[in-house]
Amino acid sequence: MATGIRDKVAILGMGCSRFGERWEASPEDLMVEAYNEAMADAGIGPEQLDAAWFSTHMDDVGVGRGGTPMGIALRLPNIGVTRVENFCAGGSEAIRGAVYAVASGACDIAIALGVEKLKDTGYGGLPMATVGTYIPQWYPNAVAPANFAQLAAAYQRKHGVDPGLLKRAMAHVSVKSHANGALNPKAHLRKPITEEQVLRAPVIAEPLGLFDCCGVSDGAAAVIVTTPDIARGMGKRDLVTFKALQVSVSSGWEMHSNEWDGSYVHTARVAVRKAYQEAGIRDPRKQISMLEVHDCFSITELVTMEDLFISEEGGAVRDVLDGVFDADGAIPCQIDGGLKCFGHPIGASGIRMLYEMYLQLQGRAGERQLPGPVFGLTHNLGGQPSQNVCSVSIVGREGA
Amino acid sequence: MIGIVAYGAYLPRLRLSRQAVFEANAWYAPQFAGKARGHRAMANWDEDSVTLAVAAARDCLGPDDDRSRVRALTLASSSLPFAERLNAGIVAEALTLDERIQAQDVTGSQRIALSAIGQALAAVRGGQGESLVLAADCRDTSAASGSELDYGDGAAAVLLGETGVLAEFLGAAHRTVDFVDRFRLAGETVDYHWEERWIRDEGISKLMPVLIGEALADADLDASAVNHFIFPGIFPKMDAQLAARCGIAAGAVVDNLNSQVGDTGVAHGLLLLASVLERAQPGQVILLAQFGNGGEALVFRVTEAINRFRPRVGVSGWLARGQEETRYTRFLSFKGQLRLERGMRGEQDKKTALTTLYRHRRAILGLVAGRCRETGQVHFPPSRVNYTPGQPLQDTQQPWKLAERQGRVLSWSAEYLSWHMSPPNQYGQVDFDGGGRILLEFTDVERGDVSTGCEVEMVFRIKDVDEKRGFNRYFWKATPVRRGNTHADQAE
Repeated sequence: MATGIRDKVAILGMGCSRFGERWEASPEDLMVEAYNEAMADAGIGPEQLDAAWFSTHMDDVGVGRGGTPMGIALRLPNIGVTRVENFCAGGSEAIRGAVYAVASGACDIAIALGVEKLKDTGYGGLPMATVGTYIPQWYPNAVAPANFAQLAAAYQRKHGVDPGLLKRAMAHVSVKSHANGALNPKAHLRKPITEEQVLRAPVIAEPLGLFDCCGVSDGAAAVIVTTPDIARGMGKRDLVTFKALQVSVSSGWEMHSNEWDGSYVHTARVAVRKAYQEAGIRDPRKQISMLEVHDCFSITELVTMEDLFISEEGGAVRDVLDGVFDADGAIPCQIDGGLKCFGHPIGASGIRMLYEMYLQLQGRAGERQLPGPVFGLTHNLGGQPSQNVCSVSIVGREGA
Repeated sequence: MIGIVAYGAYLPRLRLSRQAVFEANAWYAPQFAGKARGHRAMANWDEDSVTLAVAAARDCLGPDDDRSRVRALTLASSSLPFAERLNAGIVAEALTLDERIQAQDVTGSQRIALSAIGQALAAVRGGQGESLVLAADCRDTSAASGSELDYGDGAAAVLLGETGVLAEFLGAAHRTVDFVDRFRLAGETVDYHWEERWIRDEGISKLMPVLIGEALADADLDASAVNHFIFPGIFPKMDAQLAARCGIAAGAVVDNLNSQVGDTGVAHGLLLLASVLERAQPGQVILLAQFGNGGEALVFRVTEAINRFRPRVGVSGWLARGQEETRYTRFLSFKGQLRLERGMRGEQDKKTALTTLYRHRRAILGLVAGRCRETGQVHFPPSRVNYTPGQPLQDTQQPWKLAERQGRVLSWSAEYLSWHMSPPNQYGQVDFDGGGRILLEFTDVERGDVSTGCEVEMVFRIKDVDEKRGFNRYFWKATPVRRGNTHADQAE
């Protein structure tokens, strides 16, 4: 019987580059920025790293394939660098690799680093991805906003939500994230916005407007992990440990059978059930102090509140509008600005979410600091609602 | 008895206003004021002669999955998309016809579909089984030309056989003469015409009466017996003048649909035949003639069986489904004559892996899914392992055709981000009656036409165009069921 990851691995140090349209920075520069901060925070030198996991999604922009881009950019001392690609969950997947390596005893210290350089395409929005030779012959030339917009269509129909009310709740999600991002010096988008601005923005994919979509950003983030004992031996206190690391991948049931109703993300529910069990969480709405979820689109965040069993089925619209997830609400969500405003360099996003949880749990979040958080949950969703990779990670104070 | 055992047609939904075309070009081509009336059928950006032909064939063959009765297929067109790759082969895959059929493309002259009918009838007589003749045209024209106003896009289908004959073949006559009223060298896109008066006086008026006389003699009929005289063409009153010259009653001349459709080229003879068969009475005689490098004339007599067959939509149904288009630049863009700015998202490579296409041709071209023989669950694309949670059965799926099944929209969106020939790009998840789900593009839709729960049917269309290498990728798309305008409703 597996005992899970709870409290077996601690964070030794973390770093995160400033996210945004980093015209002046190469992906290598971004990696160095995140790496330097993480190494300084951990207080170690390169020779102490046993292995590396490297997350980057895009092949034809950014750094290309393989582990070499990280090994070379950081001049790592010929340690193993494993490149990880799992859509938008790649960063969380890299963390899982490094954490499992330490938990297994194969490594004392491991690093996970994610980077994405999205702004070398010449156009706005996510770069166009290649999907093999079969899918393009039958599958629509679909883009992310329209894939996720379909959640809104199905959710609205299932719960009989007035379209105007849903649009307002979605707007609230974005207004809240902009307010949070404005306080984050590393965030891509730092301007507060109003509900009216959101509602009047041009449509990207019905019913999603411009402000319902997250930023497309350059950035990198890194985490260095070790065992709690080693961390303590190095003089670290107030350890942040991993409580759960779960990934769930679609089997095609949602996309191909007629059973899934399109209004929620099946894998998120699978992953989070396992994560709560692994972390020993019995009442998430009471126990989880804060959330960093995959708010690629406002509707995704709204639906995710139900998928994580924080809101009741059909109850997310009310919770969102009641301010439950605002910075001063019961369960602050996207306190760092989220994908929406911190930005979304795909391969780095999972690690960026962890970075905020780490800062908050260590009381180092500055203006954004929440009072006494115990458990933080991060959630990544890569792909689209009907077919995806979903990760749920829970971290918290050691022993909590 | 041999003859026509089924028929069908297809007209694209869009009908371009000739007034709109004339007004857009009036500064340059004021001479076309007289043509600025009515509409011409206009293919959507994702339609070509292959997709038009598939639609007409489906109108003719009906929704039955079993199409084994068809033993031969001819596709006649002057605008075949592929110069090399059997266009009829694409149609055969889309219709999921038996691989053992004979299939051919015929082209080169406006009358070639009638020549194909003659050959198909000979094959039927020779015992080869039922033969499907499809004719389609989707022609390029120059902007501000007469052809742009005269032509229309469309297709028709005729199934020839021995059982359940709706119109018995009585006789025919043929002429092959190198009378060059028009030509187009291989590789050129737009045809070149000689003077109308010469074509009328020296060509049609001299050649066709002799030919029609021979066909009537072959059928052992007098010209006065003809109830429906079909002679397509763009020259005003040419059909009536020819009828008079041949001794055919003026009342027998069939309206050439110029005001609603335009001239559909190679397809037009069969399109008018399909329109006549919808209303013809048992015992009536149809004379179908078409001019082109000589000509063809065919004579049929309608049988009692005519009332036992209806095409799925029929010419009258397609006419009623028309949607007026007044945006001339949209027409030019769809026809490839106006290259609109695409942005960088329009630069995506559309190279098609032919190995992959061949492996999956039944799924891609035929929309054939896999249905588990144990659970009944439908999988698209078909796969070795079933999706059923907790029950991953292997190798239990059997072919299951989806193209003739309707579906309902589960979720959808309309987006303005990606480059699309006709934005917004609309797609969504469709659940099929009888099982199966596919994320599909919607076509023939304007903004607001798609909603959750709306009923859709499938149409075979161009999915992507690889301009770099010159290749059309075909697949199926969903379009809202437009029940209110179907043939059945029009009949009353």
